Amino acid sequence: MMDQRPNSVAQAKAAGRSDLLLVADMVDHDSRVLDLGCGDGALLRLLADTRNVDARGLEISQRGVNDCVAKGLSVIQGDADTDLADYPDDAFDYVILSQTIQATRHPRLVLEQMLRIGRRAIVSFPNFGHWKVRLEIGVHGRMPVSGNLPFSWYETPNIHFCTIRDFLTLVTEMDAKVERAIVLDQSGTPMRTGASSWMWNLLGEQAVIMLRR
Amino acid sequence: MHTASLNGHRSEADAPTSLVVTFPADRPLITDAGGTVSPLTVAYQTYGTLNADRSNAILVCHALTGDQHVANVHPVTGKPGWWRAMVGPGKPIDTDRFFVICSNVVGGCLGSTGPASINPATSKVFGLDLPVITIRDMVRAQSMLIDHLGIDTLFCVAGGSMGGMQVLQWAALYPDRVFSAMPIATGARHSSQNIAFHEVGRQAIMADPDWRAGRYLEEGTRPEKGLSVARMAAHITYLSDQALHAKFGRKLQDRAAPTFSFDADFQIESYLRYQGRSFVERFDANSYLYMTRAMDYFDLAADYGGSLAQAFKGTRTRFCVASFTSDWLFPTSASRAIVHALNAGSASVSFVEIETDKGHDAFLLDIPDLLATSHGFITAMARARGLA
Repeated sequence: MMDQRPNSVAQAKAAGRSDLLLVADMVDHDSRVLDLGCGDGALLRLLADTRNVDARGLEISQRGVNDCVAKGLSVIQGDADTDLADYPDDAFDYVILSQTIQATRHPRLVLEQMLRIGRRAIVSFPNFGHWKVRLEIGVHGRMPVSGNLPFSWYETPNIHFCTIRDFLTLVTEMDAKVERAIVLDQSGTPMRTGASSWMWNLLGEQAVIMLRR
Repeated sequence: MHTASLNGHRSEADAPTSLVVTFPADRPLITDAGGTVSPLTVAYQTYGTLNADRSNAILVCHALTGDQHVANVHPVTGKPGWWRAMVGPGKPIDTDRFFVICSNVVGGCLGSTGPASINPATSKVFGLDLPVITIRDMVRAQSMLIDHLGIDTLFCVAGGSMGGMQVLQWAALYPDRVFSAMPIATGARHSSQNIAFHEVGRQAIMADPDWRAGRYLEEGTRPEKGLSVARMAAHITYLSDQALHAKFGRKLQDRAAPTFSFDADFQIESYLRYQGRSFVERFDANSYLYMTRAMDYFDLAADYGGSLAQAFKGTRTRFCVASFTSDWLFPTSASRAIVHALNAGSASVSFVEIETDKGHDAFLLDIPDLLATSHGFITAMARARGLA
C-alpha cells in the first residue's frame, strides 16, 4: 500500500486535478468519507492512500463502478439525486461532491442530504462566474466550451451551473456555514485568502468549499 | 433410457460421484423447524489447493436446482459445471489460486441428506419424513463441512439466487468466518410473488397422481408431469420477456401454420417442454418441494427484529452485491435493500446493477460485466487478505 501513496498523488497532479489534493487536505486522518460521483475512484484512492480514511463511493456509471471495485474500493452504483435518502444520519465524517453538483437535478436537495449524512460536506465545482465564461457569453454571446467545461450546450451533462456567489447565497439560505473555502485560479493555484469574494467570483476557475450545519 | 436415468439418479442421491462426509449421530443437525437430521451426510466437491495457513478457501453456494458440480462435468447430464463462467482456472473464482468448495445443500438430491436419501432409522427413503429445511439449516450444515475441512475463516462466500441467500445468511450467522461475500441476483427475503410462483410448482408436483403423497420412490412411480410443469413455470421466471421474444418471438415449431390444436405449435412451447423433460432426468420432485420451501421461508430481517441492518451490524465482512436490469425474480430493488442495510450497518459494500436482457439466469452466464466486477472484487480482496 505504501508504494501507492506518491502514485495517487502524482496521478491527481498529472490529471490536472489539484482540486482533489485540496479536498483530500481538508479531510482528517482515519475518518469516514462518502464520495458522491466518484468516477474511477481517483479521490477515494488518494484518500485511502494519504489519509487512511474508510472511503466509500457512489457512482452512476457501470464503467466507473467496475474500475473502483477492481481497485478494491467500496463503491455503490447509484444516483446522488435519488439514493442519498437511504443513508442514515451522521453516517460519515465527510460527504464529498467533487465536480458533480452541476450535473445533479436537485443541487439543493443533494446538499441537504450531504449535510444530514455527514458532519461536513465538501463541494468542489467550476465557477460559472469566471471572467472567461462572462467573456464568452457577454462578448461572443455563446455558451462557453473550454478544457474545464468541454461540452456543447446540447450534449452537456451539466445542467445546474452556478457561480461562487450563487453557491454562497444558497449556503446562507440553507442555514449552513462555510468552514473553509479555497478558490483556484486558472493555473490551479489557490488564490490568496484575503481576496474579496468579488475577485474570487471573477478570477476563480474552481472552488472547494467545506460546509457544516 | 428412462429406467437407466432413474437408477442413475437414485445412485447420486445415495452414493454420489463426489466427496462425501457423514457426521455421526453425536453431531446432528438441529433444524429451525425443531427436527433433527442425524446422521447428516454432506456431499461436496473441491477444486484447487488449500494453502498452508488455510486462508484461500472460497465457498460457492448453489441455487435452487444446482448442486456441488460447480466446475466439473455433471455425473447425470454429462454437461459442464453450472458456474463454468465464474469458476475454473483463470476465471474470476480462480481454482489455480483458491481452494474452492461447493456442497450439495441439505435437502438436495445429489448426495447430501435429502428427501431422496435412505433414512437409516427406517431403511426407507425419507420422502416427506425429513424435517422442513431452511436456508439457515443449509448454512449450518455447510459450516459443519467447513469445520471438517479444518478451515476457520472463508476468504469468500459467493453465490446467486438461493445461493445468494446462503451468502447473506453466512455473513449474518458467522460474520467472523466470512472475509468477503458476493451475493448475486438475490434478496434478503423471498417476495410474495416469488412464493406464489413456488406454490404453483409445488401444487403441480403434488397434484400428479404419481407423486403418491411423496412416497413415489418406494412405489416405483415418479411425478414427472408435475415436476416438469413446476420447472416450466419456474423457468419462465428465470428469463426475461425481451430475451424470450428475441429468441422465440411467435415462431412456430417445425410447421408453416398453426394446427389449431393443443400441440406445441410455438417454439417457446417446445422449448419449455424440453426444459421440463430434461429437468426430470436429474432432479427429485420432493427435493424441489424442500428447496422451494426453504427459499419461501427466508426472511433475514425477520430474524433480527425486522431490521435487516441489525443482521449486519458491526460486520467486517466486505460485500460485493450485483443485480441485473432484466431480473424480475430478484429485481435490483431487492439488492438495493441489502445494500441500504449494509450501509446503515456501516459495512464495506460495493454494488453494481448490470445491464442485460438475460433475466435472472444472467448470474449463470458469461456476462462480461459480471465477470469483470467479480474478478476485480476478488483480486482486490485477495490483496487485502495478503493472498496476492
